[in-house]
Amino acid sequence: MEQLLENGKNESLNALIKTLSALLFSFLLFSIFLVVIGASPIEVFSYMLQGSFGSAFSVQNTIIMSAPLLLVAFCTALPAKLGMVVIGGEGALVAGGLGAAVAGYAMKDTSYGLAILAMLIASFLAGGIWIGIIGWLKYAKGANETIVSLLMNYIAIAFLNHLVEGSLRDPASLNKPSTHHIGVEHMLGKLPGTDIHYGVILGIAGAIIMYVIYHRSIFGFSVRIAGGNPKAARLAGLSLRKIIILTFFLGGGMAGLAGFVEVTAVHGKANASLAAGYGYTGILVAFLARQHPIAIIPVTLLFGALAASNGLIQRRCELPDATLIVLQGIIFVTIIGWDAIVAKVNFKGLKSTSFYTYGSKFLANPLSYYRGSYKS
Amino acid sequence: MDQNFWLIPLAIIGGAIRVSTPFLFVSLGECITEKSGRINLGHEGSLIVGAMVGYGISLVTGSPWIGIVVAGLAGSLFGFFHGWICGKKGVNDIAMGIALMMLGTGLAFFFGKSLIKPTAPRLSDFSLAFWSATPQIEQAFKINMLFIAGILLAVLLHYGFKYSRWGIMLRIAGESADAGKALGYNIDSIRIFATASGTFCSGIAGAYLSLYYPGSWNEGLSSGQGLMAVALVIFAKWRPLQCLTASLLFGGAGAIGPALQSIGISDGYYLYNAAPYILTLLLIISNKSGKEIGNAPGELSIVK
Repeated sequence: MEQLLENGKNESLNALIKTLSALLFSFLLFSIFLVVIGASPIEVFSYMLQGSFGSAFSVQNTIIMSAPLLLVAFCTALPAKLGMVVIGGEGALVAGGLGAAVAGYAMKDTSYGLAILAMLIASFLAGGIWIGIIGWLKYAKGANETIVSLLMNYIAIAFLNHLVEGSLRDPASLNKPSTHHIGVEHMLGKLPGTDIHYGVILGIAGAIIMYVIYHRSIFGFSVRIAGGNPKAARLAGLSLRKIIILTFFLGGGMAGLAGFVEVTAVHGKANASLAAGYGYTGILVAFLARQHPIAIIPVTLLFGALAASNGLIQRRCELPDATLIVLQGIIFVTIIGWDAIVAKVNFKGLKSTSFYTYGSKFLANPLSYYRGSYKS
Repeated sequence: MDQNFWLIPLAIIGGAIRVSTPFLFVSLGECITEKSGRINLGHEGSLIVGAMVGYGISLVTGSPWIGIVVAGLAGSLFGFFHGWICGKKGVNDIAMGIALMMLGTGLAFFFGKSLIKPTAPRLSDFSLAFWSATPQIEQAFKINMLFIAGILLAVLLHYGFKYSRWGIMLRIAGESADAGKALGYNIDSIRIFATASGTFCSGIAGAYLSLYYPGSWNEGLSSGQGLMAVALVIFAKWRPLQCLTASLLFGGAGAIGPALQSIGISDGYYLYNAAPYILTLLLIISNKSGKEIGNAPGELSIVK
């Protein structure tokens, strides 16, 4: 058993080293791109650092930018634990945002706490049911979850546009059709003394809860069995139906909460800007974090940082705003294709380094250092 | 009023022809790719790159046709990379497709900034309705050469898949990689070729958008035509001729909203747009549990 645990820790260190080296390589590729187009990589990277972590304001900006990504990534990360690829985060975010806007308008005249609670529940349910349907179709009809979730994105966006231009439209929104505002006094508050809204706390709390459910509970254990071998799970008497639908529901609910954050902390109403592509970035964030709920947090911070510094880079280096998409694209292609890129590199040399052995021993049993019982 | 209602089907037909061409090219491209047993979700990226490159080349050379060819070649670079890297162990083809979509979009927007203002020479069209003097009818039957080329390609693929050596090789790679290997074929090369040809088509689809309809380059040009390629191919049940029907249907459904709006009915504008997606969804659901849809290639990761 101890050997097994140690192998597990070795694997996670391996994954970390892999991801970090892939990240480094993609920044190298981006530097080459910058040199080719005649920009200075040093200048761009220093503004990137300054714009994302250079001041209290930019750090806050980085954190705020990462909030919706953090939540929406779970829509892909949780079903992936069952070996299923769901790309419906965009649709679930839209459904959740719509749910929050409708609940918020209906609860306009109630107290702050009640309104927030109603919007929270409505958005979680809307996103959860939206993706839960896909889970049910997967289980009952054998429908491919990837394609169905892609179709559901389009259907969700069409319904959003239909509703905000029709029955839910606020007549006052002329240029950009939107739902009624949820009321300024019902917008999500900010952490005292900062610009960071509570959506960030919601995201981190959600990530921790998902970690507990999927890595520290019996349900999580049964999900891992089902993901590894559905037949074995069935033989063990596990309900695949429950596991699949609940996992899809929780993933969709988390993405729905991203819609809640967008509506209650940013826009105050639902409109076409909900479909801003967070869902698609979230898919890649989930892959980068290798579907680990806690690993999603630093990965989204990285992309929050890139987004936060984009404006500064645009102004100072006179680069178009698409520079950010290019960098994101390079990072994603590199990390997802990393196994193929390094297939010929010998990792044995790396494994014999002392950093690797010490590191993996430490991860396997951190206390051994203090007890003095550590032997290499 | 009567006269106005008579215009609606005409506007829908015209719209279907105009809007369906990019759908046709991406679906035929994805059809080639999927027949070889590989799935590519990144057509959106090669489509946007094709739109930008096609527009730029047409601007520089003055010939939209050179623009279209170069757009196809630019698109096929993405397919070549996708086909190559997804053949390696441990690379998820769905995630790679989305990553390439992002990279393609980024590169196209980055290099396309200077192309937003200038006007490039556009593709010309001709009207099939030479028998009619009514301007509306003439307008509705305006046809671009690329639409004809797409129909020819669909017919060519239909017979090519069935009878040609290449087509059969492609289908063997898609049905059973092991059988293909036993016959001495290099499955990876076949799939790289198929994926690159697939994105050649989506590059052309992009050039159609920027060079004919809507006919200019900007960042909101594509409304997800590339992403829908996968759904279209399922809807067409992996048959090239049905790709044509599916594209006309998707295009026609997209034209219902604007056609009704032109006579003052704006209800359900977006729902008509969503109709083909709902239909595709129903097609997938109505399939009996456990059975694969139609004649899906056996090696395809989405039907396994």
